[in-house]
Amino acid sequence: MKILVAVKRVIDYNVKVRVKADQSGVELANVKMSMNPFDEIGVEEALRLREAGKADEIIALSLGVQQCQETIRTALAMGADRGILIRTDAELEPLAVAKLMKAVVEREQPGLVITGKQSIDGDNTQTGQMLAALLGWPQGTFAYRIEIDDGEMDLTREIDGGLETVRLKMPAVVTTDLRLNEPRFASLPNIMRAKKKPVDTLTPEDLGIDVTPRVKTLKVTEPPKRDAGVRVGSVAELIEKLKNEAKVI
Amino acid sequence: MSVLVIAEHDNAALAAATLNTIAAARRLDDDVHVLVAGAGCAGVADAAAKVAGVGKVRVADDPAYANQLAENLATLVTGIASEYSYVLVAATKAGKNVLPRAAALLDVSPISDISGIESADTFVRPIYAGNAIATVQSIDPIKLVSVRATSFDAAPEEGGAAVVETVEAAGDSGLSAFVGQDLTQSERPELTSARIVISGGRGMQSGDNFALLEDVADKLGAAVGASRAAVDAGFVPNDYQVGQTGKVVAPDLYVAVGISGAIQHLAGMKESKVIVAINKDEEAPIFQVADYGLVADLFQAVPELSAELSKS
Repeated sequence: MKILVAVKRVIDYNVKVRVKADQSGVELANVKMSMNPFDEIGVEEALRLREAGKADEIIALSLGVQQCQETIRTALAMGADRGILIRTDAELEPLAVAKLMKAVVEREQPGLVITGKQSIDGDNTQTGQMLAALLGWPQGTFAYRIEIDDGEMDLTREIDGGLETVRLKMPAVVTTDLRLNEPRFASLPNIMRAKKKPVDTLTPEDLGIDVTPRVKTLKVTEPPKRDAGVRVGSVAELIEKLKNEAKVI
Repeated sequence: MSVLVIAEHDNAALAAATLNTIAAARRLDDDVHVLVAGAGCAGVADAAAKVAGVGKVRVADDPAYANQLAENLATLVTGIASEYSYVLVAATKAGKNVLPRAAALLDVSPISDISGIESADTFVRPIYAGNAIATVQSIDPIKLVSVRATSFDAAPEEGGAAVVETVEAAGDSGLSAFVGQDLTQSERPELTSARIVISGGRGMQSGDNFALLEDVADKLGAAVGASRAAVDAGFVPNDYQVGQTGKVVAPDLYVAVGISGAIQHLAGMKESKVIVAINKDEEAPIFQVADYGLVADLFQAVPELSAELSKS
């Protein structure tokens, strides 16, 4: 079985995001970029499935500017076999990403597609579900544990009240949640080896997909600031303030 | 120009977040319908019909919807969505599971997790874990939107008298099946709708030590939450997690105990009305958002807090 894993290039999760003065977006120039953390979990899960003999090839897919190639290289260094870059300078919203991914799925015929449950830039939590819908495949969102056996997958997922297990027919789309696994680090020899692995480049035009956005970002602003309050010296003072000043208990 | 709200429920009770979603729907249009898809869910439909501001409840009572499988539910929603200008759902895990699937089937670009409504087609939503706020405009003919419950006051549970009508079920996709659930049992209020939340972080050191927080929670009628660090360390189950990738809460009082205050955690709680931080590290970033900060060893301060609350 082939596994297609989506890897998105996003601002590194440790970077403090700054809004641009002209309110057109957030500052991306000279900012450290990394693989979306949930996608790292996706790559790791694909590797573990291959190590368990459930998969024989892992393709890392990224969509966006030329530098997304670096994100693909990170996945290849972790152990993915080859990469595909859908190169475009256009702003891609999740619906467009899902359509482009569907075109790649039709070419590559994977038995499983893994995406992160959300990317930490747009926080949309949409792409995996949309891809599953467009393909007519089942979806296993917020994956906590995956067991594949005989063309079916038992997927335990994080829900608001705890955990839930569903049985999905394969092929399927899975979106990863935090506790599915802990991604490995790429070793230096593997980073060197990754440089020789093949990466194909396509464009939305090659795939015949219209990526015109349906949602326009009018402005991006700073969140309202919360002023730091006061320090209290004791538990008794805290309780007094909560009762008489804040009136919340 | 009516609005369809997809109800979240467990076939027994309407989820609290649906009340906030109904309130958001009312901001868009007076004609609000609620879709209750479930199995043996007549009680939920009756409850939805009583919610103030609901004009009609549409019920699809069929085994295919017993466990809210997204594959079945999205097909049902897609079938009736063309009658509406908006389809709204609470931005919970259940809502986020189904709405994008329905949107893709309708060729619509959904808008996730809105915290505000600017106009009929323009919405406000947090991005980058709430470190930036985007104002976005949708050009799709039907707008599919998930609503951040904490940003909208709940619609009153009483006061409505909506008509209840049946929607024909749209069948079982056969793609997925429900196997089982492992729900966290708790007598305490639900995290996202509790008036007071007390959360523990890595500083709690163990799951057993969460008993200290539970003790205070029971005296205050509070829910218990946790930071990602505490969940990852295995102190408490994943559904306790407050933050960018966990639950978003905005209670009247949020007490952060032994939580340093990573931006991912702040994203899930900084809309709380009053924030209290108890941490022995006076440099912890949590103090920058706290209304009341107590620099103290939590293993002394929390039992003391409990004792003081017993006195009064």
